[in-house]
Amino acid sequence: MYKPIEIADGIYSVGCRDWDIRDFHGYSTYEGTTYNAFLILGEKNILIDTVKEKFSDEFISNISKIIDPKDIDILISNHTEMDHSGTIPKLMQLIGEEKPIYCSKMGAKNMKSHFNRDFNFQVVGSGDELKIGNRTFSFLETRMLHWPDSMFTYLVEDAILFSSDAFGQHYCGDKFFDDEIGDEILPHARKYYANILLHFSPRVQALLKDVEKMNLKINMICPDHGILWRDNPSKIIEAYDKWSKQEPEKKVVVIFDSMWDSTTKMARSITSGIESEDVAVRLMNTRKWHRSDIMTEIIDAGAIVVGSPTLNNSIFPVIADVMTYVKGLRPQNKIAAAFGSYGWSGEAVKILNKEFSEMKLDIIDDGIKVQYVPDDDDLNRCFDLGVKVAKTLKQRLSDTNKG
Amino acid sequence: MEKYECVCGYVYDPADGDPDNGVEPGTSFADLPEEWVCPLCGATQDNFTKLD
Repeated sequence: MYKPIEIADGIYSVGCRDWDIRDFHGYSTYEGTTYNAFLILGEKNILIDTVKEKFSDEFISNISKIIDPKDIDILISNHTEMDHSGTIPKLMQLIGEEKPIYCSKMGAKNMKSHFNRDFNFQVVGSGDELKIGNRTFSFLETRMLHWPDSMFTYLVEDAILFSSDAFGQHYCGDKFFDDEIGDEILPHARKYYANILLHFSPRVQALLKDVEKMNLKINMICPDHGILWRDNPSKIIEAYDKWSKQEPEKKVVVIFDSMWDSTTKMARSITSGIESEDVAVRLMNTRKWHRSDIMTEIIDAGAIVVGSPTLNNSIFPVIADVMTYVKGLRPQNKIAAAFGSYGWSGEAVKILNKEFSEMKLDIIDDGIKVQYVPDDDDLNRCFDLGVKVAKTLKQRLSDTNKG
Repeated sequence: MEKYECVCGYVYDPADGDPDNGVEPGTSFADLPEEWVCPLCGATQDNFTKLD
């Protein structure tokens, strides 16, 4: 059983660990996740966020190790997604349904839609403060980071930012803080950004600028998932700045699937072409790699090359899955090219180019389609396409640096 | 001119327009280009309701 951790004087992390979850609404979570929630003791006892409904008993038991849950006076809901709000109805029933829930305007609206009932919602917006004894809770709406209701709560005197899903990671283990785990946590944070926040990158940039202007002192960042950033919170802020700028690097992701290995052969030749130009490459078969891992590789790539066989006059279903997913997360500043083997009609390359165009990616070649099995000439053309992608990318990067 | 609110809470105010996305201040909601979507959440215009 999880023991609540005192993260600062009178402030406890009371959330739950989900060691088993491997599929978080279509995002692969190989190391599970945590649902973090925070109890702040004082003149009034305040709880920030709750956990997934399934963990409600464990959650209430965690709180009971510190205080009688009935002594919670105020709930602050930073985010209404069910992994953080699921226990609210049960908790309110226990602590008293008349007690206030501080949340954003959209938070109140969303909770009504989730629970199909009203609570004593106290709507707050950016700049509003709640003063309790010697503590000041300052609210900052972070709309669409990543839901309409999302907000941060900043505890002024302790300089702790309770950041909801932002700066989180799907990671579950026996480590709770950045200094305990070290840089091993960064790939998890990067994956979280790529799959949950990438499409809101312009909002992330705006938020980071706002926070910089506010000149907030930040001793600790407490997200709703994963480890807490207490040793060096600026590390994750700097990483968010980098990721949200979506600056392309000298790296290509080749994404493909195949029915009879013809498109595989093409993919490998393209990859060799890319490597011959000394450009980093990831070759990812969509039935071997989870879409969320492919997405994580894409964020800093300067180019994507996608290969699909033609099946029933369309692209291969698993490729369609990945393309739909990637498109929704709106990666920017990339060049693109398509390829694929086909039997008789061969629509896949055309369909992929249309997708790239809708994604506003820069298509640098019409693409290569090969009927049935590629011969040596076809594979040489594929190699050359890899070279072209790599050279174009290097040229773009060099032009950007000069600019 | 009338303001319109998106399902995500974003409010389109014709006085401000949406210059980041090429919409000049003074553009009424009805005159927005067909392809204009909520700059915050990406929802299409049919997700907006008029504010009283």
